[in-house]
Amino acid sequence: MHALYISLVSEFYKSRKTLAFWAAILLPVIICGLISFGFYSDAEKIITNHYPPMILWAHYSGAALGVMGFLIMPFYVIFMAFSVNNIEHKNDTWKMLFAQPLNKFSIYAAKYLYAVLLIFICLFLFATLTYAFGQLLQVLVPKLNFNQYNPLNILINSYAKLFLASLGILSLQFILSLLWGDFLKPMGIGFVGTIMGIITANVGWKYAYLNPYSLPTLALRITKVKKNTDPLDFPIFTQEIWTSLIYAVILFIIGYFIVTKKSIK
Amino acid sequence: MGNYAIETVGLNFNFGNQAIVKNLSLQVPKGSIYGFLGPNGAGKTTTIKILLNLLKSPSDQVFIFGKEINSNRIATLKRIGALVEQPAIYGHLTGKENLVNRCILLGIKKSKADEMLSLVGLAEAANKKASKYSLGMKQRLGIAQALISDPELLLLDEPTNGLDPNGIIEVRNLMIDLATKHNKTILVSSHLLAEIERTATHVGIINKGQLLFQGTINELHLLSKPVLEIEVDKIESASSLLTKSGYEIIAKTDKVITVPFTSSQKSGELNTLLIQNGFTVSSLYQQRKDLENLFLDITKTN
Repeated sequence: MHALYISLVSEFYKSRKTLAFWAAILLPVIICGLISFGFYSDAEKIITNHYPPMILWAHYSGAALGVMGFLIMPFYVIFMAFSVNNIEHKNDTWKMLFAQPLNKFSIYAAKYLYAVLLIFICLFLFATLTYAFGQLLQVLVPKLNFNQYNPLNILINSYAKLFLASLGILSLQFILSLLWGDFLKPMGIGFVGTIMGIITANVGWKYAYLNPYSLPTLALRITKVKKNTDPLDFPIFTQEIWTSLIYAVILFIIGYFIVTKKSIK
Repeated sequence: MGNYAIETVGLNFNFGNQAIVKNLSLQVPKGSIYGFLGPNGAGKTTTIKILLNLLKSPSDQVFIFGKEINSNRIATLKRIGALVEQPAIYGHLTGKENLVNRCILLGIKKSKADEMLSLVGLAEAANKKASKYSLGMKQRLGIAQALISDPELLLLDEPTNGLDPNGIIEVRNLMIDLATKHNKTILVSSHLLAEIERTATHVGIINKGQLLFQGTINELHLLSKPVLEIEVDKIESASSLLTKSGYEIIAKTDKVITVPFTSSQKSGELNTLLIQNGFTVSSLYQQRKDLENLFLDITKTN
């Protein structure tokens, strides 16, 4: 456990000055900021539409969730899996890392957990900032009716689903980035997978859920359908989420065996 | 087994079908500076990676401080500091941050980082990004990383690579200091014999994965037998006189006769003999085949 902890601390220490780390913070700040700014400058028009408070929140939070779920999330995960491993490929430091008196599992698991943590931070900030900026909009434009509905449950549930649904992609991309030091191979495979995922999810193919890249899209689409009925009552652990978690666990274990067999030439 | 810091017993290692290390039996005594010599591609770096368990050796072939490496990986690595190939440095971190990161991984005090920086003369460049370091500075930082845990055994793979003459001398003195005053064992690889000759107490010469010589530096010197070279006029009659008087002539050119060197006194007697018989001896000197040539000979015959 101690080895895992110090490896994790070291991962943070190494990456705290890199884009990968700051992306987790800047991405939600920028996207939520832009959407809120859009709402603020368009406030007059929005008020004339007389949305019910729940629909207003749905519009507002859906702007970020939609972009995230379909496109940015898979690529963000691909980028995270890449950058956590690339820091060692680029500097040729794998040999140093594995020559430390730490067990290989801790080194590997710490890297994986760190990527999970970055994705968590990013999505947590998305949920928090969506809520906070919504409240801020209400203060700036008192005629909006953001204050008549509490969106926390939907926000937490949606982002929790998005987070869990992306772990399958993470494990898969993590292995690819572990094996290959360059950007193009994992990125190319991830790109093709994501496009296929979006297409299969949108045409409603029966087995779309077997493609890990389609899971974030699938997870969010079901959220949307349910939202129109009873927004507070949708389950988090649906089929896509279980599939994602199973992929994540199996690929995580396979990744570990790859690490133990990996010869550092 | 107890006296060796490193012992390999008939170590074999292949990359696919290609044998990189063949039946290698290294014996590195505790407290020694062991010069691990060989031309490029001889298997030095591979051997060092095996000693760090980066490449997995067959079981019961590699022992560090008497313990089998595969079954004692972590305990063994705790006692080793290493510099393999180019130093492993994160370019986006400063020199100091690189060392602090190592402190985190090893669970040691971060103040060690400053101590090491001054030891290798990088205190002034501590807050400069490591990617902006010169090759020599990177090499020093790599040495600092290897030393930071105060390990009993140091594995240094061509540590003077890229250093200027001053830097080379500093590293040399540092190694001698570590071995004599701090009782460390150092295995240092190089393809330059002259480099090893000045620091090493023991030498192993490897070529094409095989150990061709192993012993103390003096044993290596003994391999090269000294000779006496005599410059003399009337070379033909001089050499027949010497043969008649019972000297063995190793080589003869049109100016120089070469005979085995036995002692200074014998050299004097030989000189007297030639002069008394009317020859003019213009010079007479002891010659030792230098180690560089010896090294070339050893690695060439294989």
